[in-house]
Amino acid sequence: MSFEINGKPFSQAPRAGQCLRTFLRELGHFGVKKGCDAGDCGACTVLLDGEPVHSCLIPAFRAEDRAITTIEGLGGDGTHPMQQAFLDAQGFQCGFCTAGMILTCASLNQAQRTDLGAALKGNICRCTGYRAIEDALDGKSNVDDDVEAGGAFGRSLPAPAGPDVVRGKARYTFDTEIDGLLHIKLVRSPHPHARIVAIDKTAALNVPGVRAVLTHEDVPDRLFSTARHEKDWMDPEDTRVLDDVVRFIGQKVAAVVAESEAAAEDACRRLNVVYDILPAVVDPEQAMALGAPVIHPNRTSEHRVADAQRNIVAETHGEFGDVASALANSAVTYEGTFTTQRVQHAALETHGGLAWRDDAGVLNVRTSTQVPFLTRRALSDIFDLPMDKVRVFCDRVGGGFGGKQEMFVEDILALAALKTGRPVKLELTREEQFIATSTRHPMRVHIKAGADAAGKLTALQLDVLSNTGAYGNHAGPVLFHSVAESISVYNCSNKKVDAVAVYTNTVPAGAFRGYGLPQTLVAVEAAIDELAKQLGISPYDIRRRNVVRPGDSMLSPPPSEYHDVAYGSYGLVQCLDLVERAMQADAPQPDLSADWLLGEGIALTMIDTVPPAGHIADAMVALNDDGSFDLTVGTAEFGNGTSTVHRQIAATALATTVDNIRLKQSDTAHGGHDTGAYGSAGIFVAGKATQAAAENLARELKSAAAGAWLCDAAACTLESNAVVSGVRRMSFAELARSVREEGKQLGASGNSLGTPRSVAFNVQGFRVAVNKGTGELKILRSVQAADAGVVANPMQCRGQVEGGVAQALGAAMYEEMVIDATGRIINAKFRDYHLPSFADVPRTEVLFAETSDTIGPMGAKSMSESPYNPVSAALGNAIADATGIRFTSTPFKPDRLFPALHAKFGS
Amino acid sequence: MDLNTITSVAHPESRAQLPVWTAGDAWLAGGTWLFSEPQAHLSRLIDLADLKWPALTITDTHLTIAATCTISELDALTCPPEWLSAPLINQCCRAFLASFKIWKTATVGGNLCMSLPAGPMISLTSALDGISTIWKAGGGEQKLAVLDFVTGNQRNRLMPGDLLRQIDIPLAALKRRAAFRQISLTPVGRSAALLIGSLDGAGVLNLTVTASTVRPIRLSFPQPPDANALRAAIAHEITDHLYHDDVHGKPFWRKHMTLRLAEEIRRELLDSARP
Repeated sequence: MSFEINGKPFSQAPRAGQCLRTFLRELGHFGVKKGCDAGDCGACTVLLDGEPVHSCLIPAFRAEDRAITTIEGLGGDGTHPMQQAFLDAQGFQCGFCTAGMILTCASLNQAQRTDLGAALKGNICRCTGYRAIEDALDGKSNVDDDVEAGGAFGRSLPAPAGPDVVRGKARYTFDTEIDGLLHIKLVRSPHPHARIVAIDKTAALNVPGVRAVLTHEDVPDRLFSTARHEKDWMDPEDTRVLDDVVRFIGQKVAAVVAESEAAAEDACRRLNVVYDILPAVVDPEQAMALGAPVIHPNRTSEHRVADAQRNIVAETHGEFGDVASALANSAVTYEGTFTTQRVQHAALETHGGLAWRDDAGVLNVRTSTQVPFLTRRALSDIFDLPMDKVRVFCDRVGGGFGGKQEMFVEDILALAALKTGRPVKLELTREEQFIATSTRHPMRVHIKAGADAAGKLTALQLDVLSNTGAYGNHAGPVLFHSVAESISVYNCSNKKVDAVAVYTNTVPAGAFRGYGLPQTLVAVEAAIDELAKQLGISPYDIRRRNVVRPGDSMLSPPPSEYHDVAYGSYGLVQCLDLVERAMQADAPQPDLSADWLLGEGIALTMIDTVPPAGHIADAMVALNDDGSFDLTVGTAEFGNGTSTVHRQIAATALATTVDNIRLKQSDTAHGGHDTGAYGSAGIFVAGKATQAAAENLARELKSAAAGAWLCDAAACTLESNAVVSGVRRMSFAELARSVREEGKQLGASGNSLGTPRSVAFNVQGFRVAVNKGTGELKILRSVQAADAGVVANPMQCRGQVEGGVAQALGAAMYEEMVIDATGRIINAKFRDYHLPSFADVPRTEVLFAETSDTIGPMGAKSMSESPYNPVSAALGNAIADATGIRFTSTPFKPDRLFPALHAKFGS
Repeated sequence: MDLNTITSVAHPESRAQLPVWTAGDAWLAGGTWLFSEPQAHLSRLIDLADLKWPALTITDTHLTIAATCTISELDALTCPPEWLSAPLINQCCRAFLASFKIWKTATVGGNLCMSLPAGPMISLTSALDGISTIWKAGGGEQKLAVLDFVTGNQRNRLMPGDLLRQIDIPLAALKRRAAFRQISLTPVGRSAALLIGSLDGAGVLNLTVTASTVRPIRLSFPQPPDANALRAAIAHEITDHLYHDDVHGKPFWRKHMTLRLAEEIRRELLDSARP
């Protein structure tokens, strides 16, 4: 057989049932990505005889004698204009969809370009919200040119990985070749709750190529949580690498390690597992009821499980003042119950990794993670290995959103590598992502709220039931966060919270962008609007009258243990003003029939800029002989853009340009510690460490030059890649060489402990049209104002806000993991779990408050989770304004809105 | 995705070369569904590409669409101006959940054989009075209206080893005036209701309901119905259990969208038909 790939002939023959995607990757074309492996996402797009196709659906043999172009070959020896357009517009974040997106865009004709919603329906981007992709197609540049040395911070500089991303050269987790690699496939439970009585490995081990079958009998008897936090006490110890009890459909039962994925799959089918089926419960209310099946019967407060007999993993209760009497005496009150559904991160790169033991005996784990350092610590604990015998690192990661603040695969990878002594790989399928990783916590929120005649809040009460699924990873911290900033942003003398997170026999919930706040805001922000409506005051005014301002205590019951949150800056009222003005601005009248009802709605969010109880980052920066710098940070890049900002911070502190800063990141082998890229800490915490390291090095540079000049270091400044004192000037390269002659290299480190913390704010506004005859919802205007402090990189920060809005609109309008009565997820594929595509996402006008934070690096604050938070809430308020009906369950799909619209308005 | 249990692929070039159908066999047309899901029960693919069926043939009486005709080939067909229904072809292609990149590979026959309620080629060919030709596993042919070919959600009249050969569309159907309506939970998503109406020279109104129902349903009105008559006919013909229920739309909503879109079609075809 012969194939022509990017103009080069190949004579290898594919396997009979092999698809073109894996065939191309086996031949080294790693730019061809797997997002779904089912034709839904477009990440694997290649050109076949010049026409774009999804290579995961093309039988490889059908590409014989045809010309195949992958992203690596699109530009020939140079850069294709569409690749350049994506660079100029910075039309990517994590970049995992980019190869497929560029190949598709490059092949659109003029007619398709006028209808991008239809033309791009086969390409999912989970990060950008598509505006930056549209900019690429429109030939716009979003990048600042001519940024002077020392002036990088605050400018729209491009992501350093951009050129590699658009050419398909950026290396993601699976984009590497290792000789002698074994493949892991997992046997998963078909039952929601069962005890494993016996496992007969005989037939599985007889499959040619199978090297090991690992079960609960092969794992260390250690309990842990897949959730990763700086402090292990935040999560319950309820999980084993492989357990003899399965608690949800999809839980891993055994791992088969084989020479090929085909052999591993075959052996999985032949593994004979005998289950003793146990009673199961999938509904969270029923899980708490007396007599419900107990899911973790032997766990106690020692394992940090609150009340195992009632399936309660975490709870919190408290009250300030007297809510009941305040409600009784309020001019207006509102009471309602709101539910949010189970949604998933759907990062386009699935979980997985590779592991091997090197010649020095170090266990290396290359993985798709937000938390390499905390994963190393967990592996060290579980497998009883010294910390210096475990290395965990990530190359570029294809999206995270909180889903990779977990250890879902690294434990199995370590186990398999240690047991077989061979390098191993585990790459989850998209279906496994859905049934066996983590989701947002579905919540039922009951709210009571009251206000006086002047519109001052008198009472706020939340009763929250969170469904954490079969394991308690992140159950407590998400629950506590959900009832914190959602109500502490409002001054109110009477507040009450009752919140419970319960186990059920369903896929576990975990960390997800916003970390509990989006769920409770749907209720809180609705209640605020309902009070305003009763009082006849505007949604803006009632919020202005009640939001905290600098000096106000930010309180939510019970009293917080942490008193390190301060107003490092404050832009909430600015954000309200910005959205109000933007929503009032003239817009063309939509051409809509009388069936469409128009309305507007807003919602706000406050978020602590760092997770509580410690978040640590180390950074190191060293001067090279050529006058450039090596910056080493622990935090990971998965589309969050921190790589860009770390270089901007260092370049600014060191009076140089970003191209003079080489970034090394997210590898425990580099030393130091980094809690991880979660809780929006990549800039606020890790960036502060980089700032400290760079400023320390700046002092070193000045003092070294002062030593050479025999002058006072205080008289030296850094200017444009040099130390300057009066008329004297020594370039960094000269300085490096002069200290090198003394056998030294200039370098410095910096550290941040993530405390004190500040607060960031967002306000979202929507104008919508709801069709009373069909339930369809159109977003006519979307505005979000963000208080990010000094904006480190306006282009990237705008992208984070747009991407957060888009992802949140998925949850507000489309996405829903449907679990049947037996606990089975019935829509574990993208074609049945609708992620927002180009046609689904409106453009959002992004406005920034003008503030400068006294705590954050160079005045900046975090801004990656919070843009998500107010979206569902604002949309619910806009729909209520349009229809006069308060819808209390997300997603706001036409078939859910229709019955109440039909009842009210008829057909 | 890789279908790792497949050990061989047969490439017959004629009906005579079709291998004897065996458990574990699957016809491979475009493969866009076959390769999109695990198929661990399969061991052999029978590739239909080398049969080289002409994609589209126009005779004096019919448009013949080979089962292996791709969506792109059909969409690219240049239709004579007297085919008043021709816009339906592009409208139904655009009703695919999948994008134009899949249209190059996916086939009309594959869409029929999948027999999903939302299959837009089922909508198109059933509305245009299409007749399917099936090569029976044991030899011989069977002809069946597309309306009768699909019997339910992912159910049809094919027996193991049967092969859909082609769909014949009478030119008369293509010459009727037609109206198209579709709705989905998302702007370019999977159809939750797809209705096609047509009006022939004798004033007969035909309404073909798909996507909202588990199988295509035809309502025929020899006399132009008023709104009430239309509603009554739909309520009579499409009982509640015929409305499809899945993540792409709840039955109550699908039912009301069916009524709404049907009325829109009635008005479009009848109001403009009046002098």
